[in-house]
Amino acid sequence: MKSKKKQIWIFGDYRNYFQNRVTLQLLAKARELGKEIDADVCALVMGHNTQEYIDEYIAHGADIVHSFDHKDLAVYKVDTFVHLTAQLANQFCPEIFLIGGTSFGHEYAPRVAKRLQTGLTADCVALTINDKKCLVQTAPAFGGNLLAEIITPKHHPQMATVRPGTFQELPHDYDRKGKVIQHDYFPNSSKEQIRWIRSEREPQTEQSLEKASVVVCGGRGMQSKKKFKKLFDLARLIRGEVGATRPVVYSRWTSPETLVGQAGKQVSPQILFSFGISGAIQHTAAISDSKFIVAVNKNPNATIMKMADVAIVSDANQVCSALIKAFKKRIRI
Amino acid sequence: MVSELPWSSKTGTLRRELAEGMMNPSCKYALEAALKIKQQKNASILVISMGPPVAEEVLREALAMGADYAILLSDRRLSGSDTLVTSHALAKSIQTQCKDFDLILCGCHTSDSETAQVGPQIAEELGIPCVAYVDQLTPKQSFVSISRKSDGFVETLEMDFPGLLTISTTCHVPRYVPLKGLQNAFQSQHIKTISIEDIDLPHDFSGAKESPTKIINVYSPNTKKNNIVLEGSPNYVVDQLLNQFGDKISSVIEKDIKTA
Repeated sequence: MKSKKKQIWIFGDYRNYFQNRVTLQLLAKARELGKEIDADVCALVMGHNTQEYIDEYIAHGADIVHSFDHKDLAVYKVDTFVHLTAQLANQFCPEIFLIGGTSFGHEYAPRVAKRLQTGLTADCVALTINDKKCLVQTAPAFGGNLLAEIITPKHHPQMATVRPGTFQELPHDYDRKGKVIQHDYFPNSSKEQIRWIRSEREPQTEQSLEKASVVVCGGRGMQSKKKFKKLFDLARLIRGEVGATRPVVYSRWTSPETLVGQAGKQVSPQILFSFGISGAIQHTAAISDSKFIVAVNKNPNATIMKMADVAIVSDANQVCSALIKAFKKRIRI
Repeated sequence: MVSELPWSSKTGTLRRELAEGMMNPSCKYALEAALKIKQQKNASILVISMGPPVAEEVLREALAMGADYAILLSDRRLSGSDTLVTSHALAKSIQTQCKDFDLILCGCHTSDSETAQVGPQIAEELGIPCVAYVDQLTPKQSFVSISRKSDGFVETLEMDFPGLLTISTTCHVPRYVPLKGLQNAFQSQHIKTISIEDIDLPHDFSGAKESPTKIINVYSPNTKKNNIVLEGSPNYVVDQLLNQFGDKISSVIEKDIKTA
């Protein structure tokens, strides 16, 4: 019977639809997983006037859309969304529930998991089904030098968050048909413990780092804030943007906006220069779309050196200085 | 932070005893936010951690920074707990040890696994409101006014006490600990160590068994490429790089580069 079919749920994170395609990417992955466990792919959409997103989700792979549509849901409110999700999950018992790793997703997913008393794996880089029909959730572990395969054998749903850009979306298919189930939402009349005073779109921040064709990334191997600044000189010479790893941002050598990593920006330049970076997974996951990588590190066995097209075994600082000098000499204006 | 392979294949869990004790960076920001509140209001700060006995060092550092009391939940039976069980144990600790709190502050994520789950899950279990990734906060009489950036939106909210916030690493830059403070903190007796009996969990409780998630394998990702390795003096390697790839770089940056 159709209605008894298993369900894989995807959280419909439609805010920033055009910048953030994570929901579409998860729908594509869910279709793959759905074939293996014979499940319908379902999108969960909470909001107001969300028909355009519902149509998009169906065109991108959803078989069923669970929709809550009410004017009180027009703003993302985590407590309300958690409440509605948990109720619906108890009714439909989805096998798998995937959530995009946006800021909202990272706040929403753990609370849903807690309410449903199930496990949640953060920032998965791969999702597969094993021979016992369990979801194998592969995620960075222990500071990012290792990957762990995690299962949630006895609890449902099996939940995971996935950062934007990890999976590929399917092409649009407007001929696809899907079923939309409208669920009733009854606003809570009691005084809310969290009151949304204002929610304004942040002034368009420059996306130069994400779009740059040349990126110069620096890590702790640059040794000091002062020396790190040389990377900006280098970047200026070759029309690049500067990125940084987490330890560098934590040490305040540069601003948090320059963080390249799972928690920061994804870059996909034609050329990436990497100075003094060893290559924790949280960082390498965000640079893997680079077309050509030149890495400088004293340690020839650092992860980044294995990823690089040109691996320079040397001191990051000295090479940076030498490169600045050489470019000044060789670039013809 | 973890240096050697800290995973026990027998139990499938992290061997935290191999991890050196250091305060999670984003928790330091949360503590700093608490210290700022303490400066303005008549407040006291209790720091609480769950971990092996060595985690005591982290609590002493917190005391040195200006916290007033510290509780360490340390019990072998909790080893192998995932986030769901960890949040359960911490919520039970709060309920049994310090249930009259007004505000709980947590770091927004840990630096080893970055799950960002335990804070919001504690709030769920305690049934209190929660706001994550908070940048700025101003405590008022019965609520706290909050500002945060979330997915390209700047949000202003109010949250009633008691509640829980997780603090981002943007605003509350942690203060330095004076050496004197550190010495005093290591001499003081303010750390209370508790076990699972103190938080009303059954004596046969097992964090590993109760955890819904299980680690089945850990491996080092293999990303070996057939690449060019350059070694030698900085000037030599830079010359090699530009001689071999100057044209490539030139076409990307749209500037002429001499390659010989």
